[in-house]
Amino acid sequence: MNNYSLKLDKVTKIFGRRLIFNEIDFEFYPGKIYGLAGQNGSGKSTLSKIISGIISPTKGKVNHMLDNKIIPSEKLHDIIGFVSPYLVLYDEFTAEENLVHFAKIRGAVYNETQADKLFGDFNLFDRKNDLLKTYSSGMKQRMKYLFALLHNPYLLLLDEPTSNLDKAGKDKVYEIIRDESKSKCIIIASNESSDLELCGEIIQIENYK
Amino acid sequence: MMKAYSLFKKDWQSELRTRYAINALAMFILVTISVILFSIGQEKISEYLTGGLLWVVIFFSAMSGLSRAFVSEEERGTTMTLQFIASPSTVFNGKLIFNLVLVFLMNIAITLLFIILFESFAIKDWSLFLFAFLLGNIGIAVSSTIIAAIISKASAKGTLYPVLSFPILLPLILTLLELTKFAIDGETISDSLVELAVLFSYDIIMLTASYLLFDFIWKD
Repeated sequence: MNNYSLKLDKVTKIFGRRLIFNEIDFEFYPGKIYGLAGQNGSGKSTLSKIISGIISPTKGKVNHMLDNKIIPSEKLHDIIGFVSPYLVLYDEFTAEENLVHFAKIRGAVYNETQADKLFGDFNLFDRKNDLLKTYSSGMKQRMKYLFALLHNPYLLLLDEPTSNLDKAGKDKVYEIIRDESKSKCIIIASNESSDLELCGEIIQIENYK
Repeated sequence: MMKAYSLFKKDWQSELRTRYAINALAMFILVTISVILFSIGQEKISEYLTGGLLWVVIFFSAMSGLSRAFVSEEERGTTMTLQFIASPSTVFNGKLIFNLVLVFLMNIAITLLFIILFESFAIKDWSLFLFAFLLGNIGIAVSSTIIAAIISKASAKGTLYPVLSFPILLPLILTLLELTKFAIDGETISDSLVELAVLFSYDIIMLTASYLLFDFIWKD
């Protein structure tokens, strides 16, 4: 288990005049699955984007800590694996080319062995050299897990983790989430009761209005 | 810088597959130069006017193709992926390298076509012209990159790009026109130091302003 932790300190988000959520205080640790629940438009995805560093909170702080030291914002992409409907991969590249480009842009070395293992885990090995535009929506969703897991992150942030997946795909994802939760901190933002059943603790976003 | 180069490589490979900007630029250059040739017909035009037309073609070609660096990411929905995996400086540097390569390729092609097709395009001092061309291309690439980043967040992308670019690129184009005139007259680099200093300052100011602004533009 690593010494990673995530602390939300009075995190508030306001879009224009609309308050999305107010003063969320919470701490997340590895070895546990956390849920972000709430109705459509309650701010689950917004909170996920704030945690990932893509957008900033209106007030409050999000501190990603490793060995009690704050991880600088420009390093966040190295420690977070993010699956989200808003993260789109490049259709004009093959699945493997996408991963190679992302690894290099991150400044990491592309680990082919690890990638091949993940391609195998998600039943995409035979299609790894096909252009992403030939993939179905379910296959693209599975590809997002490779994108999220390849750099072995400390935090796995899963926004709508099972959208577009069939029964077999969902079962595989649940198996991997359970497996990864032994060493990582996992946050699931979802409305699906089957997704939230995995969580040990759930934050109801509506309670922070 | 290696991360920015990797982003450039990703963009270049993507461009070669989708021909998102190259086709638009190539068609624009061919059509514009053909229209100029047809409208001139057998008339003889002055050397100064030909020099001016060169920069007019370059300006409008830049308008037609260089916004793609960011707009294509926005249209494909990949902006957030880039925001997640790369720091703003990596993204800006990567896109800047892409636009620099595109501007140089585009402007070399336009200049070669002018040399071949226009008899009156007679530069007497090539060293001055090439020096101005180098600084001018850097200025166009830097300005286009930051303007493209701004307009990619707007809804009316197509119309906003030339509207925003015109006042920003005007001092650059006017200085380049002046230097091209000097090169046609046979003046040397040492005779044109003031204009070259203006061009150099423009590049530095635009580059500095772009780095300062980009974080705010890129992150919501």
